[in-house]
Amino acid sequence: MPDEKQLKARIKKVNIKKIKNVLETLDGARIKTWLNICAKCGLCAESCFFYLANDKNPEFSPAYKIKSTVGEMYKKKGDVSLPFLEASMEALWARCTMCKRCSQFCPFGIDIAAMITIGRSVCQSHGFVPEFLAKAVENYRVSGNQMALTKDDFIETCEWMEEETADEIKGLTIPMDVPEVKFMYTLNAREPMYYPQDIAQIAQILTVAEESWTMPSEGWECTNLPMFAGDRTLAGIIVENMYQKARDLKVDKILVTECGHAYRSTKYEGPYLSGYPDGIPPIEIIHSVELFCEYLESGRIKIDPSKKLKEPVTYQDPCNVSRNGGLWDIGRIVMGYLADDFREMSPNKDYNHCCGGGGGYIPMGPEYRVKRMVSGKIKAEQIRKTGAKLVIVPCHNCFDQINDLNEEYDLGIKSVSIKEVLCEIMMIPDKFKPDEE
Amino acid sequence: MYEFLTGAGVWIAFVIFAGGLFVRVASLYGVSRQKDAVFYNHTNAFEAVKSIFYWLIPWGSIAARTQPVFSSMVYLFHVSLIIVPLFLSAHNVLLQEAFGVGLWSIPDSVADIMTALMLVAGVFLFIRRLVRPEVRILTEIRDYVLLVLTMLPFLTGLLASLNIGPYKTMVILHVLSGEILLILIPFTKLGHMILFFFTRAFIGFEMGGRRGARTW
Repeated sequence: MPDEKQLKARIKKVNIKKIKNVLETLDGARIKTWLNICAKCGLCAESCFFYLANDKNPEFSPAYKIKSTVGEMYKKKGDVSLPFLEASMEALWARCTMCKRCSQFCPFGIDIAAMITIGRSVCQSHGFVPEFLAKAVENYRVSGNQMALTKDDFIETCEWMEEETADEIKGLTIPMDVPEVKFMYTLNAREPMYYPQDIAQIAQILTVAEESWTMPSEGWECTNLPMFAGDRTLAGIIVENMYQKARDLKVDKILVTECGHAYRSTKYEGPYLSGYPDGIPPIEIIHSVELFCEYLESGRIKIDPSKKLKEPVTYQDPCNVSRNGGLWDIGRIVMGYLADDFREMSPNKDYNHCCGGGGGYIPMGPEYRVKRMVSGKIKAEQIRKTGAKLVIVPCHNCFDQINDLNEEYDLGIKSVSIKEVLCEIMMIPDKFKPDEE
Repeated sequence: MYEFLTGAGVWIAFVIFAGGLFVRVASLYGVSRQKDAVFYNHTNAFEAVKSIFYWLIPWGSIAARTQPVFSSMVYLFHVSLIIVPLFLSAHNVLLQEAFGVGLWSIPDSVADIMTALMLVAGVFLFIRRLVRPEVRILTEIRDYVLLVLTMLPFLTGLLASLNIGPYKTMVILHVLSGEILLILIPFTKLGHMILFFFTRAFIGFEMGGRRGARTW
């Protein structure tokens, strides 16, 4: 149940004009065509893990989620009720992660996730956003990142990690705001907030690879929850902050941490959201998985053969890295270097199922946990069938979700990021080995 | 009645059909240039063709393979729907009389069999709409009506061809239902006969071109 504060944030009376305005702004030839030609064949249902995990309840099928929300909004030209918005909020957030798998199953290739976005924007215009997600969005508004970290906090965390890790890798630094380097590293606020070792790990890898890089003191947040909360304006500002910082520092490329939706936002949706007329990011975007692959293939990072993973390993294709990012083959090249016993999930690669934590679901918090665990059943079964003990996950949301699934479904696995594995098993050249004391 | 349906009626139906489709595509194109202009930066002919191709060949898509019986029926339905009216000898005779040219014709027996299969497939689709919860929940009255209207010209044509029932009435119903169908195409979801190619092309370059993912 929503609490009082959340209810207060909601608008008490439907402003039809406002809804109509949102609908008209986001309307286009695509939407008009899609809403009209859907043949109502129902093929999309089988593609959706929400539908499959919830006993094939037809209300969870992608086409129905659109028909009952965005379809109605357009049909009624914005003249909807508050209970309707409440119900739409449930369908649009608790039953969809915008993974886009249904578009692969649709004979007309209808981009259902794109329409879900419109529905979310309408709900958002009236304060109907899951509470925890709304809080995170508020954090972006005041601080530019989802956890309301201050600039000083961030810099201090980086300095702390630099000190901690200098014992392990000689000469390790976390350069801050260094201009004209190759990469500007961007990350997820949960790393400085809860998992600072992630920062230490990337610094180790980049140091050993002798990379030219910098951490930015601002514009480092590459996640974009406003994008999933229906707040397109703020979503555009967040991406633009990052692009601007990269331009200020005159870096060659933006390097994105092991996060799925950050990559989708930075590379694919960001230029749309912040209004680049060519739809292309102003600076080249590269995902950590791509860089790790390049290092391993070129030998800049070498794996210690005695440490190569022996236990069965599987790879989680995050929707926004694989299907919506095109990096599934790159992920597998990396797996080849890391693991002796690599096992595929089924389905996999661009056809992989979402873990159930994407699209803003994990940040929706405890209020939605039970539903998230029910819908995660498909992923849990996929993992169990591989017999893997280790799940390598280049995405923070998948990471959290798979950890939760592990507990819920007793999978007996451990999930790890690629950088964590790399740090454990890469060879450290002598010059980076700490001096013996 | 018969005179009108086979004379002016045909002209009216075809003009509305072709004109309607043209206006619809043209207006959508106009809207897209205005509101979806950014996507034109990502057009990719190869990906568009791939995205269309895999959905035109039988069981070319993962979804078609997930429901093989349904997709077979859909295939039979559409193939007959396109081939029989275009290549039926009786239609070509009429074209010959009117314009002095006609298309190549398939044997009448083949046309009859294809029409019968199309009707069987249509009945299957109708029943599937009723039986499968995930399809029923999406279905509105008009979806049943459109399906029946699509089948009617084929049913009446087959009955006329096999001389079942009053011939003259069958032919009138055949022409009438065919004309109604043609007129409805541009204004309903049946517009997918053209729009299919546009929406598939779009997802082809948005998902296939930009991200490399298969859209089939």
